[in-house]
Amino acid sequence: MTPHMLTRSLDRGATIFLAVVVACGILIPLSNLLLPAGSFLQVPTYLVALWGKYVCYAILALSIDLIWGYCGILSLGHGAFFALGGYAMGMYLMRQIGSRGVYGNPILPDFMVFLNYSKLPWYWYGFDMFWFAALMVLIVPGLLAFCFGWLAFRSRVTGVYLSIITQAMTYALLLAFFRNDFGFGGNNGMTDFKDILGFNVQAEGTRAALFALSCLALIAGFLICRAIVSSKLGKVLIAVRDAESRTRFLGYRVESYKLFVFTVSACMAGVAGALYVPQVGIINPSEFAPGNSIEAVIWVAVGGRGTLVGAALGAVVVNYAKTFFTSGMLAPYWLFMLGAMFILVTLLLPKGIVGTFNAWWDSSKERRDAATIASAAAEDGVAEPKMAEEAQ
Amino acid sequence: MNVMDTRATSAMLYLDGVHVSFDGFHAINNLSLTLEPGEMRAIIGPNGAGKTTMMDIITGKTKPDEGTVLFDGVTDLTRLDETRIAELGIGRKFQKPTVFESQTVQDNLLLALNVDHSVKATLFWRGSRAESEQIDKVLETIRLTEARNRLAGSLSHGQKQWLEIGMLLAQDPKLLLVDEPVAGMTDVETHLTAELLKEINKTHTVMVVEHDMTFVRELGVKVTCLHEGTVLAEGTIDQVSSNERVIEVYLGR
Repeated sequence: MTPHMLTRSLDRGATIFLAVVVACGILIPLSNLLLPAGSFLQVPTYLVALWGKYVCYAILALSIDLIWGYCGILSLGHGAFFALGGYAMGMYLMRQIGSRGVYGNPILPDFMVFLNYSKLPWYWYGFDMFWFAALMVLIVPGLLAFCFGWLAFRSRVTGVYLSIITQAMTYALLLAFFRNDFGFGGNNGMTDFKDILGFNVQAEGTRAALFALSCLALIAGFLICRAIVSSKLGKVLIAVRDAESRTRFLGYRVESYKLFVFTVSACMAGVAGALYVPQVGIINPSEFAPGNSIEAVIWVAVGGRGTLVGAALGAVVVNYAKTFFTSGMLAPYWLFMLGAMFILVTLLLPKGIVGTFNAWWDSSKERRDAATIASAAAEDGVAEPKMAEEAQ
Repeated sequence: MNVMDTRATSAMLYLDGVHVSFDGFHAINNLSLTLEPGEMRAIIGPNGAGKTTMMDIITGKTKPDEGTVLFDGVTDLTRLDETRIAELGIGRKFQKPTVFESQTVQDNLLLALNVDHSVKATLFWRGSRAESEQIDKVLETIRLTEARNRLAGSLSHGQKQWLEIGMLLAQDPKLLLVDEPVAGMTDVETHLTAELLKEINKTHTVMVVEHDMTFVRELGVKVTCLHEGTVLAEGTIDQVSSNERVIEVYLGR
């Protein structure tokens, strides 16, 4: 990212958003660690982990907004990239358990001992090293997105057909990861993690650090997205979204643009998943469930498609609502509420929270500007008295 | 090797014996047509004559079943896709004005400029003086300088048509295909569009598809009348419009 791309990408909304994320990323861990437990301002550890989860969801929402809001690619399978990043991190965490597992095998994770594996499958090699796992967090989702996108975009699969095959993709992965002989823990997935980079995953300090790291990843993801959408490439993406064949007749290779942005988006989703897993302490095939991906799209719609800030906000708002409502007597009705929220937003706020706010802000700014011009003109005595009379 | 040796024809655009059928319907039937460099040609013909399909073939959207389509005497267009053909220098204005509605007039032109269109180049793009000067020039030609910062979606129908012609100018192609440029325009706008196209024709080869006979007359160029996917008549507007078969086709049998 060159400096001019960075400065160009920061408008007022983006600056406010970044300031809020930076403040949360610093203050929440500090308050959790430094203030005495139980004091009014102290953020309890369980909340740090919960909000850390929201931040990861916000990164996922950003990645969806990048492709859906700006390029019109509605992926209903983005949870798959999130889950793959999560599995890559989960494999690292499993290898870190070492001989502390139930069966005490220094090499094989518990589920492999249980399933009578004689040795570690080749695709688990290297995951004992953090750098390798971190690389895989980017490469595995990125490579899948690249191959999938290369086939789909080159064949000009668009619109609802693309959405359907992304659903099929995540469902196929769900079924595959459910199988015990697939080598990733089957139905139960991976859990009972001990250490990350030598720090206890359960420790307050580690949780606070993971939260701060998630905020950092959100900032980085946001800046990358902003740099992309405010470059000329961003204008091409919007052109593809609004009039794909026109863009092609201008000499743009539309499939390359889609492939680029889809792959970047998948890598971001992978990072979100990798940060999510140590904070929730488990990864299992249910993360591939098609419903998860659809829910993530709803976050973006609620917050405001094509605004980036709105996507992140939508993820936090909807998930906060989910936590709030599923922990009370309204719990059985949460899915109805989510559905109702989606319908209401589509009907009443088609631009989402942030999109609607932006539209209101722009129009009121126009009115204020017009008023300033009119009053200045009146002071100069230029305004026609007749018009003023009519206005009264 | 001399380029002239490899040229099959001196024509800018050369169509010979082109056939296309969709599910048994012969949209284009043994169509042959040539456009010389620097020429402006008007294409007329009743609905379903194959005018738009012909443009689809030239721009790579539709592949012909048989026949030759040569651009600039050397390039076989039937083997290339839309992007490659646009890069070669064929620009197209659609029948229905298609501009990027949610972007400004200025950005529409910026996107159309004939520069490196690779992902990398656009990601790391920085505006240059030459580019903004070219945009200013096009804005002036299409009379949209005042509207440069407005969203293209907020323009009037006629202005959108002009913006799209402006995008073609920014693209600076060797050959412009213009599909119904004056549909839905007022008489004044139609007149201005004819002037604009004549101006463009000074430096570009142009093919215009249009129904509006007053407009075609005003252009004052050679006219080709298509019917059922083949050339029915060719000549000046007076010759074509007095041709008995053309009258028959237009007025019904």
